[in-house]
Amino acid sequence: MKKIISYGRSIYEALDYCLNKEKKIILMGLGVNDPKGVFNTTTNLFKKYKNKVFDMPVAENGFTGIGLGLAIMKYKVVITHQRVEFSLLSFEQIVNQIAKWFFMSSGKVNVPIVIRLIIGKGWGQGPQHSQSLESIFAHIPGLKVVAPSNAFDAKGMMISAIQDPNPVIFFEHRWLHEIKGVIPKKIFKSNLNKANIIKKGNDITIVSYSYSVIEMIKANKFLEKLKIKAELIDLRSLKPIDIKTILKSVKKTKKILVVDNGMTTCGISAEIISLIVENLGKKIVCKRIGVKNSPIPSSRFVAEGFYPEHDIIFKEVLKILKIKNKLKLKKLFTDVPDKQFRGPF
Amino acid sequence: MKKNILKLFKKMLRIRMIEERISSNYKLQMMRCPVHLSIGQESIAVAICENLKDQDLLVTAHRSHAHYLGKGGNLKKMIAELHGKENGVAGGLGGSMHLLDLKKNIMAAVPIVGSTIAIGVGLAWANKLQGKKDITVIFFGDGATEEGIFLESLDFASLHNLRILFVCEDNKFSVNTPINQRQNPKRNLCKLSEGIGIKSYKLKDHDLMKVFLKSKKIINYIKNVSRPSLLDIDTYRYLEHCGPNSDDYLNYRNPKEVKKWKKNCQIEKYQNLLFKQKSTKLNDIKKSINKEIDNAFKYAYAGKKPKKIILENLIIKK
Repeated sequence: MKKIISYGRSIYEALDYCLNKEKKIILMGLGVNDPKGVFNTTTNLFKKYKNKVFDMPVAENGFTGIGLGLAIMKYKVVITHQRVEFSLLSFEQIVNQIAKWFFMSSGKVNVPIVIRLIIGKGWGQGPQHSQSLESIFAHIPGLKVVAPSNAFDAKGMMISAIQDPNPVIFFEHRWLHEIKGVIPKKIFKSNLNKANIIKKGNDITIVSYSYSVIEMIKANKFLEKLKIKAELIDLRSLKPIDIKTILKSVKKTKKILVVDNGMTTCGISAEIISLIVENLGKKIVCKRIGVKNSPIPSSRFVAEGFYPEHDIIFKEVLKILKIKNKLKLKKLFTDVPDKQFRGPF
Repeated sequence: MKKNILKLFKKMLRIRMIEERISSNYKLQMMRCPVHLSIGQESIAVAICENLKDQDLLVTAHRSHAHYLGKGGNLKKMIAELHGKENGVAGGLGGSMHLLDLKKNIMAAVPIVGSTIAIGVGLAWANKLQGKKDITVIFFGDGATEEGIFLESLDFASLHNLRILFVCEDNKFSVNTPINQRQNPKRNLCKLSEGIGIKSYKLKDHDLMKVFLKSKKIINYIKNVSRPSLLDIDTYRYLEHCGPNSDDYLNYRNPKEVKKWKKNCQIEKYQNLLFKQKSTKLNDIKKSINKEIDNAFKYAYAGKKPKKIILENLIIKK
């Protein structure tokens, strides 16, 4: 039995399931009790689970440390930030403490903490509400980092993340929350360390994650019109990276385009290409694109071209394959996820 | 009462002698990790921990040896930890700045100033959520009260009526930076904390029995009323911020101030009060402590090196 629900609703259902199932669990963060419920992912959960869901003072570093204290006392903890940028205030606790707690206690104390970080984009959100900082977190030993791109993965991976004994950084892209997908009616879990081959193909491998997967799929529709068979991989997990799946694919296609959801410099794409070169030498044609290495302007008049959208992906693939573009790709720049959107985020 | 004082004195003396042994053995280059010795500040840890039960929780910061030992932390494993050995409290992976002894509910010590304050609040919240009445003691220094996380933590503790004793050991220096370069002289920590709704007390002297009696009352209040409290105590470290030596030659502290505090040495004060000169009883006490310390170092020397292969499995729990 299957059903169709949005990515945001998937997160809600995963949280609801775990809050009900686990005796010692706390969901906390700024706005979790808000009537809007962190983009409808926590709405009214505090009414349903009175001693398990708490709104927080505006004190990110403080409440992250408090979350760590709970985890040391064998609570499962889910911390929510409405934008990834706010979590930077808690970087000390995340990097120095949470990531290293299991190690520092020589394996005596593990800390099951999920930190939900929401990536913004568009509608003028500007330099401090639209950053993709996934690679900063992936750099830190002791953290798992995941970034599901669809409703199915969102639910399965959220349940797995909460049940995992380690800290998990869970990236949700704001433009994904309203996108619907098909999921089983029954409860299910998903691996936190496996990439997903969305579509098989022999001509080129394209790898992406989070919202950029949507752009990759859009670009592929145009590639298909040119009879180009791309193998599409959704990374899902940024730490660890499922390099086995990627290597297997590029051994076949000999070419790869990595579409980074963040900036390319020291980014996830840099890591993937390094791993390919280390493992396979120079045999593979490697190319990466991502968010421009620059702060992102608010004004929609100049924000165009800052993100690796489907037209850019399409053009890059043709370049790699040395195919002259016979197809006119009509693309209007947009700063909203769908036509109905009237802002603000 | 005198029996009680003797008991506390012994504990204080034991910590002093342990710290002095670490200091004198440091040159052997076997304890290769930063140490922040508690010499001069022992009375506070001993007095407060005496009022705690085993199930009460404790967190502390970089200058943690006295707190760890005061709460009953395992001495052998602490010395082994300083030697980087597998039989240390953190398997040799943490060193002096990461002491913990879960059997005694010494939950954490970390060197990032202010960081454990919030973690301690989380521990106390977990207890409260489970209906447990045990208290959490959070030790920190004057520098930590300048951190944002300090106010964030106090605010949360007050909001949720948590059973926490915040203890500020004000030794006037953050590393070698004096308090007058960091805080306005009019800044009043107790008023600041009172403003957040937390009952706060100032002790200008770290006198062993004064701290013992004061903290006893406060801890009773915390347990019964389920509210946090703060105790701010003036104290002084004798040696350098980090390391085994005196650093008075650097002249960052007023010699008069150093002299004043050394004159107020709690070990000497209570030794004079309890024992006559050349007391054989005191000698016996020292002998037995020395023996314990000898054994702890032997335990550390006998410990194995941590295995590299095990480290791989300590990054992520499988």
